[in-house]
Amino acid sequence: MTVKIFVPRDAAALALGAERVAKALAREVETRGLDVTLVRNGSRGLHWLEPMIEVETAQGRIAYGPVKASDIASLLDAGLATGGNHALCLGKTEELPFLKNQTRLTFARCGIVDPLSLADYRAHDGLKGLERAVTLSPADIVTHVTDSGLRGRGGAGFPTGIKWKTVLDTPGDRKYIVCNADEGDSGTFADRMIMEGDPFVLIEGMAISGIATGATKGFVYIRSEYPHAIATMTQAVEIAHKAGVLGSSVLGSGKAFDIEIRTGAGAYVCGEETALLNSLEGKRGIVRAKPPLPAHKGLFGCPTVINNVISLASVPIIMDKGPVFYKDFGMGRSRGTIPIQIAGNVKYGGLYEAAFGLTLGQIVDEIGGGTATGRPVKAVQVGGPLGAYFPRALFDTPFDYEAFAAKDGLIGHAGITVFDDTADMLKQARFAMEFCAIESCGKCTPCRIGSTRGVETADKIAQGIEPEKNLALLADLCNTMKFGSLCALGGFTPYPVTSAMNHFPDDFRPVPLVEAAE
Amino acid sequence: MNLHLSSRDIDSRTLNIVSEMKSLEGPLLPILHEIQAEFGYVPQEALPIIARELNLSRAEVHGVVTFYHDYRDHPAGRHVLKLCRAEACQSMGGDALAERVKLLLGIDFHQTTLDGAVTLEPVYCLGLCSTAPAAMLDGEVHGRLDADAVRDLVAEVRA
Repeated sequence: MTVKIFVPRDAAALALGAERVAKALAREVETRGLDVTLVRNGSRGLHWLEPMIEVETAQGRIAYGPVKASDIASLLDAGLATGGNHALCLGKTEELPFLKNQTRLTFARCGIVDPLSLADYRAHDGLKGLERAVTLSPADIVTHVTDSGLRGRGGAGFPTGIKWKTVLDTPGDRKYIVCNADEGDSGTFADRMIMEGDPFVLIEGMAISGIATGATKGFVYIRSEYPHAIATMTQAVEIAHKAGVLGSSVLGSGKAFDIEIRTGAGAYVCGEETALLNSLEGKRGIVRAKPPLPAHKGLFGCPTVINNVISLASVPIIMDKGPVFYKDFGMGRSRGTIPIQIAGNVKYGGLYEAAFGLTLGQIVDEIGGGTATGRPVKAVQVGGPLGAYFPRALFDTPFDYEAFAAKDGLIGHAGITVFDDTADMLKQARFAMEFCAIESCGKCTPCRIGSTRGVETADKIAQGIEPEKNLALLADLCNTMKFGSLCALGGFTPYPVTSAMNHFPDDFRPVPLVEAAE
Repeated sequence: MNLHLSSRDIDSRTLNIVSEMKSLEGPLLPILHEIQAEFGYVPQEALPIIARELNLSRAEVHGVVTFYHDYRDHPAGRHVLKLCRAEACQSMGGDALAERVKLLLGIDFHQTTLDGAVTLEPVYCLGLCSTAPAAMLDGEVHGRLDADAVRDLVAEVRA
């Protein structure tokens, strides 16, 4: 019987040599005349073990990692094809604590299936949500999503069902579904992983969204920094189209929906929804003033649903298992699960999907295992470059939209970047301003000018020039940017800056001016 | 890549691309991507043709081209090395690594080595934040870079 061996094609695995491993395996298998099918799956999300390869056995899948190309011969000698023992053997994949303790709903198939096999997708409960949706009225689908409590996973946390209802209720000859796959926040990679590891779940979610709102055309706007995701999504859309999952009659329902993949052009601000719409229209990625809301006047002036990848990819399981099933996970007003991305200076980095409610300390210390360097954790930035820096003192904060807001932070797209005690928080605050200056679209003054003045002021503090005055100026500047900017870029840049100032005042203490050489 | 393109050559190839793609909804970005793929940069000569065919002003097309970081106004080196400069990579010593790469190549960000071998560019996140510091060389990703790994990368582009 042919044996299935899985070598990930996820970019994180490729960055650590998965392609060389796959080639070495294919070569050795041929030389030895073994009956092996090589499957290029997505990543399971245990990135410190990548490239992690798996073999399918009667007892379940057995994992090995981190594997180098030079390990392949010894792995095959040890009986890799039958799950044989080897120094790199990790045991059954499903029993690995990092995976076993997760609640994988959105990422249920990621790393398990062949991303481009629709048959594999169906065999793992794929398309059940869409099959159900085509039997329901649009209003019923929207009610399902509203009742599930799903909130926008891009960062804003707006209830997805309410957004969909607005589009459903807005008359229009043409409506659009736009998937925001411009995942530019440092510390985040959940969108990338799902597009590379389970693209059909996003396609299914978009099709459900289209049927629910009367939209017939969808765009996925993927950042150009993600060439692997672009390639996988493009192929998956073609496959779905050929199979009748997309097209003039979705699953034979008579309802039309199609998807086009679009590539960004390196502008971070296009992750902001109205800038993204302008970019799709072929304009400069400049933020639009709201109202009108995109749900009323979005892409080309038509009613438009614009959702993050993870929001849309969470819809199929809600339609399949029902809103109550999903809503039962989580805490407070944060319902369901959230794919937490553990990144930066951390021992066990990767993707961890769990119900809302884990504390920051549990995530960083227990799941993440502390820093990779072995030094004490100084700060964690939650929610990307526009998220606050949290000190250890706030590690009891539960992972929940409201709890983070109450501590002057945000969970954003749920990326967590860990820093050890060598981090200089003044430098990090300066970087936040510098990044905002580089990426500002230029439309509003607080963001465009404020960020540049912020960099200059931080530099003055670092040089010990009138530190008290400049600290007050920086705080004032943050206040102006926070309340005066048009969008989250200028409006949220103060989060990392003020949190760094408030929680790590020692790093902002005036340094005595260097005495002139005698 | 032929660096000495005649303007007539640019005109006809641009026109082909625009004609093929102008029926897309919001075709300007896809057209500019295709033009950059064709020429290695977006030649100034292409802009009036795009403007005419899409019924836009030249100023509008110029505005779009210059807004986005991806579009080049001159060809890059034979290799393009993009080093991630964002927070997750900073937390793993990305800044020191960037200094090292600059020193090894003898250039700063946004510059090309004199022999035309490599262009060094900053990138703000490759989504490889759990395998930091990360870089992309000609579309291929590299994670957990250290001093040895960047020396190998530099040797590769210099070969």
